[in-house]
Amino acid sequence: MKRILVAIKRVVDYNVRIRVKPDGTGVITDGVKMSINPFDEIALEEALRIKEKGQAEEVVAVSIGPADCQQQLRTALAMGADRALHVQTDAVIEPLDAARIFKSLADREQALLAILGKQAIDDDCNQTGQMLAALWNRPQATFASKVEINGDKALVTREVDAGLETLEIDLPAVITADLRLNEPRYVKLPDIMKAKKKPLETLDLAAVGVTPAERLRAVKFDPPAQRSKGVMVKDVQELVEALKRRGLA
Amino acid sequence: MSKILVIAEHDGSKLNPATAKCVACASAIPGADISVLVLAASAGAVAAQAANIAGVARVLTLENAVFAQALAATIAPAVVGATGDHTHIFGPSTTFGKDLMPRIAALLGAPQISDLMAVESATRFKRPIYAGNAIVTVECAADSKVVATVRVASFEAAGAASAAAPIEALQLSVELPTHTRFVAVTAARSDRPDLQTAARVVSGGRALGSAENFKILYSLADKMGAAVGASRAAVDAGYAANEMQVGQTGKIIAPELYMAFGISGAIQHLTGIKDARTIVAINKDPEAPIFEVADFGLVGDLFQIVPELEKQLGQKA
Ligand SMILES: Cc1cc2nc3c(=O)[nH]c(=O)nc-3n(C[C@H](O)[C@H](O)[C@H](O)COP(=O)(O)OP(=O)(O)OC[C@H]3O[C@@H](n4cnc5c(N)ncnc54)[C@H](O)[C@@H]3O)c2cc1C
Ligand SMILES: Cc1cc2nc3c(=O)[nH]c(=O)nc-3n(C[C@H](O)[C@H](O)[C@H](O)COP(=O)(O)OP(=O)(O)OC[C@H]3O[C@@H](n4cnc5c(N)ncnc54)[C@H](O)[C@@H]3O)c2cc1C
Repeated sequence: MKRILVAIKRVVDYNVRIRVKPDGTGVITDGVKMSINPFDEIALEEALRIKEKGQAEEVVAVSIGPADCQQQLRTALAMGADRALHVQTDAVIEPLDAARIFKSLADREQALLAILGKQAIDDDCNQTGQMLAALWNRPQATFASKVEINGDKALVTREVDAGLETLEIDLPAVITADLRLNEPRYVKLPDIMKAKKKPLETLDLAAVGVTPAERLRAVKFDPPAQRSKGVMVKDVQELVEALKRRGLA
Repeated sequence: MSKILVIAEHDGSKLNPATAKCVACASAIPGADISVLVLAASAGAVAAQAANIAGVARVLTLENAVFAQALAATIAPAVVGATGDHTHIFGPSTTFGKDLMPRIAALLGAPQISDLMAVESATRFKRPIYAGNAIVTVECAADSKVVATVRVASFEAAGAASAAAPIEALQLSVELPTHTRFVAVTAARSDRPDLQTAARVVSGGRALGSAENFKILYSLADKMGAAVGASRAAVDAGYAANEMQVGQTGKIIAPELYMAFGISGAIQHLTGIKDARTIVAINKDPEAPIFEVADFGLVGDLFQIVPELEKQLGQKA
């Protein structure tokens, strides 16, 4: 069966303004709105479109994390994923361990493609997809803005600093989604009802054979240096004079 | 002692300025012994430039025809084959480094520090999370190699060396995969300065309304010797090319002067410009959040202000 694995990470919603705890032990996440990582929504949308074109048969949504991740997996099922896998853990999962878990699932599911977000907007690591590709020993096409499947190959256009780069990759492969890949569909109410009946399997870390390594330890969290609010100028002439005083005009 | 391997970014003939910034970052590690690794079809010219960066102890080269394109899947095993007893492997946090470094880290079984912005010790570093809304200090296990992408906006490029470092050619010891093939790259050629390293940047948002209207910014930029950037909204709408996007998911820049025209100042945009020396905001909405971070703010219609500015600004300094 041609199967696509899609990563669904539960993260603080992108509209929430995150603040550091006064004692520097973390950021305040209590009672904050949680959502699917925006890049993962795009990854899922792409997987669904590939399936709708008849180029894949099944889309499996995967999330790693605490019990609450199942909310985001249900949303993924409502969007159209066929089934979900929840690797349940309260441990800190570093990108390399997340990649190990995905590798184990890619083997188990005989995946044709794994589509992840290019980065999670909480830790902003931008690592997991590339690490999965390395461990799986398969191609990676990161920061994708266009994906075309042609049999056992794919043509992927990537957003790079120079412009747009196109790669041809053999499948199976890892693709990471950038913002302009597509616009995710909205979930309709009947789909939410239907999603409740779709299969959601829970696994523990032992089932995927991964023990978190904790190679990294967060020592403290600080708020960023604040820029002080400057001055308002009344017209272009005043602006140009201000720039001249700073040697910028 | 820390032995740091910096992976050079280049286009086959010219070293990208991001590499000298990675060297500056590596130099901040106490007792750093720094090597630069150049992978290229023909490494000579780039290696010579790398050898002239202050702080570089040696330049290592790996030559192979396939390195004409910097494909992470092909390069990563070659880098891993060349790491030897290096304790740290650094690359820039450009799309080149972001694509490549995690693949190297995974092959080494090492963790990666993304967007390294400050060095506290050989194992302790600072990096931004949550679109720069928090800075985390991270300690790496001492028994592991450390892979990092260096947030180039946080470092001043290392200067020129007084004497060139020696260049040593390595032999490729591993087989390279063929499952990933380069097809094409489309890059808008421009005579304007590179956005990532420009001293001055003029940037436009959704308010520009069309690609045609963006021309008023190009004209102003050319008068000022500036690069042109854009918000995500402007890029999504097709007013500007993707490589012009500034922000959390675009380029993180630190110019002397950043001028934002018709950009509201969403957190994802601001994270890309926090390190700019001077920020100027032009917006018709006096409540726009961009004014919270601007050194100089001007409320008004950009379509009147841009031409007037162009008229009043002198030639580039
Ligand atoms: C120093 C440090 C301290 C940490 N502290 C904490 C902490 O206090 N509490 C805590 O809960 N976590 C903690 N973590 C773990 C952290 O929240 C992330 O889960 C982990 O670092 C992965 O980073 P990322 O999501 O930014 O990866 P990225 O590489 O940016 O993610 C890219 C893509 O990978 C996929 N992906 C990644 N992780 C998952 C996942 N879990 N499920 C599904 N898909 C995924 C998604 O598609 C995502 O878009 C810490 C990590 C580090 C390094
Ligand atoms: C995961 C994620 C990642 C993102 N990454 C990025 C990123 O990297 N970079 C980025 O920029 N955004 C990013 N965004 C998007 C960001 O949230 C904003 O939507 C975007 O920055 C808004 O662009 P804008 O300011 O051009 O548009 P708007 O917010 O629509 O602002 C337009 C502004 O123009 C002003 N205006 C209108 N007409 C005029 C006029 N005639 N003269 C003067 N002013 C005028 C208005 O008052 C308004 O303030 C990201 C979002 C998400 C969810």
